Amino acid sequence: MFDIKKNAQTVVLKNAPRVVGFFSVAGPKEARGKLGESFDIVLDDDTMKEKTYEKTETKMLVEAVNGAIEKASLKQEDINLMLAGDLMNQSTSTGFAARELLLPQLGLYDACATMASSLVVGSLILSGGAMSNCVCVTGSHFSSAERLFRFPLELGNQRQKTSQWTVTGAGAVVLEAKKENVKTKGIKISAVTIGKVIDFGIVDPSNMGAAMAPAAVHTFLTHLKNTKTKTEDYSLIVTGDLGLFGKRIFLELIAKEGININTLDNYNDCGAMVYEDSQGTQQGASGAGASAIVLTSHILKKLQEGIYKKVLFMATGALLSTTTSQQGESIPSVCHAVVLERE
Amino acid sequence: MEIFLSFLYTFLAGGVIVLLAQILIVKTKITPARILVGLLVLGAILEAVTAFKYLEDFFGSGVTIPIVGFGAVLARGAIEGARATGFLGVLTGPLTAASAGLSVAIVSAFFMALIFKARTKNLK
Amino acid sequence: MNKQKNQEYLDFIKEREPTTSLFPSILWAFLIGGAICVGAEALGMWALHLWPTLTPKDIGAIEASALIFLASLLTGIGVFDKLGKVAGAGTFVPITGFSNATTASAMDGKSEGIVFGVCAKMFAIAGPVIVIGTVVSTLIGFVYLIFRL
Repeated sequence: MFDIKKNAQTVVLKNAPRVVGFFSVAGPKEARGKLGESFDIVLDDDTMKEKTYEKTETKMLVEAVNGAIEKASLKQEDINLMLAGDLMNQSTSTGFAARELLLPQLGLYDACATMASSLVVGSLILSGGAMSNCVCVTGSHFSSAERLFRFPLELGNQRQKTSQWTVTGAGAVVLEAKKENVKTKGIKISAVTIGKVIDFGIVDPSNMGAAMAPAAVHTFLTHLKNTKTKTEDYSLIVTGDLGLFGKRIFLELIAKEGININTLDNYNDCGAMVYEDSQGTQQGASGAGASAIVLTSHILKKLQEGIYKKVLFMATGALLSTTTSQQGESIPSVCHAVVLERE
Repeated sequence: MEIFLSFLYTFLAGGVIVLLAQILIVKTKITPARILVGLLVLGAILEAVTAFKYLEDFFGSGVTIPIVGFGAVLARGAIEGARATGFLGVLTGPLTAASAGLSVAIVSAFFMALIFKARTKNLK
Repeated sequence: MNKQKNQEYLDFIKEREPTTSLFPSILWAFLIGGAICVGAEALGMWALHLWPTLTPKDIGAIEASALIFLASLLTGIGVFDKLGKVAGAGTFVPITGFSNATTASAMDGKSEGIVFGVCAKMFAIAGPVIVIGTVVSTLIGFVYLIFRL
């Protein structure tokens, strides 16, 4: 089913940048989930006292960036670049956040894969020596996403079984370029794989897991082939927001391509890691915030503590709009991979 | 006893129509919007072939309250308008028949939107 | 795009898609849908009792209007969506569904102001009901006219 070529999709970073700060902001529902204890800031309600949910989304992004910069022992003036994107029309949440933060910003759009794509772009810029640091951030809000892509909040509809719940949360990571002749300990980004846009024909926007799984498989297999690594080499292999159903599909698809999934005990999906079964989220979490909050809490903390040695982080995104969906188009998806490891 | 029976028929009719719709939702990919439109058109057609009156006499609100009833009301308005004043009656009939419901829907939606704020559901 | 690859994958997914079981959702739909109709019927009988000169058309209008208002109010205070989650078709097939869709859409537009938000968005979901209802019934009226001639 998959045509994997050895090509330039993967870059092994010669001057691997380091993760020097990270911060997560999560909503009340996420706080009551499986990773509730790991988040840096947890909201009381999902408004942060703002008048609109869009303003709340911007505020979460600002808090995440400020928190990550502080954790990195840096100041706002020290940051060279902000790489960010979100799910709103014209990616306005991050633009408005950059306005408040007064940081030079390159806006990105990769839907729910933005956490990975911002880290990819940041790593390439820093490794190439153009800048000395950057902050990568993304997030989402259930209510702003729901009213934009799905239904009014007060509509009495029943959710479909394959649907997922958009995360209310934001995560930011500060990266620093490798300094000459300075030996450092910590977490570095050693390689990145930029995904191709893959579409296997799913048209149902309530079944994102099925739509995005092929892209995740393609990037995963490409990465393994290009870096000549095996699944056992990683402490954790994690996809972005395929959800419970998508996770199952991912495993079946990679098994068909020769990966032994019977011994694969180090694979998980951020979408499956956020909510408890009792929270009624059907197939789990989705949204740019899903992979962002899981990375900037659980994953990076475990790397920091040394419990994880090497993590393959593969955020997934669905590149559709309500217009394309109404026009009957299928859902093209993308998956970008980032290797985070302890030095 | 008679009243109880009539309520029972109402309950059964309404319940069955809704049940069939729910089965379509759960077992097929047909969206709620399409089901509603389908039931609406069905109601209009039933009225056009004069079958709806019989259902209404027997099941009362069991068939008039579901969206089939709305379709029937619109069609009835068109036909009675045609009978009364011909061409112009066809134009004024449907929406006039539905006017009470439409007005209430618009006015209350407007004021509810002004007074209340939409809140995120299911934050547990 | 490789169409054959598509169909293979679509079938693959279809076989594995999780589905909701018919129970208890159809039971709740049945009970709540039936109850709403009975409630309306009872209201109609009570209205007739209070004002015996009401025509059947009037009673129909009263029942519909009362349900529409009630659904709108419950939507406003944030309760209808909880009911709808349980009832499914039980609340959206009766005229209450139309009202909920209208009110929910109007409320949703609040942050964009009264004109461009509340008013413009009011029929974003329920629009098809009005358009198709009017189109179909008008056509029926014309067909009736032609037949009579």
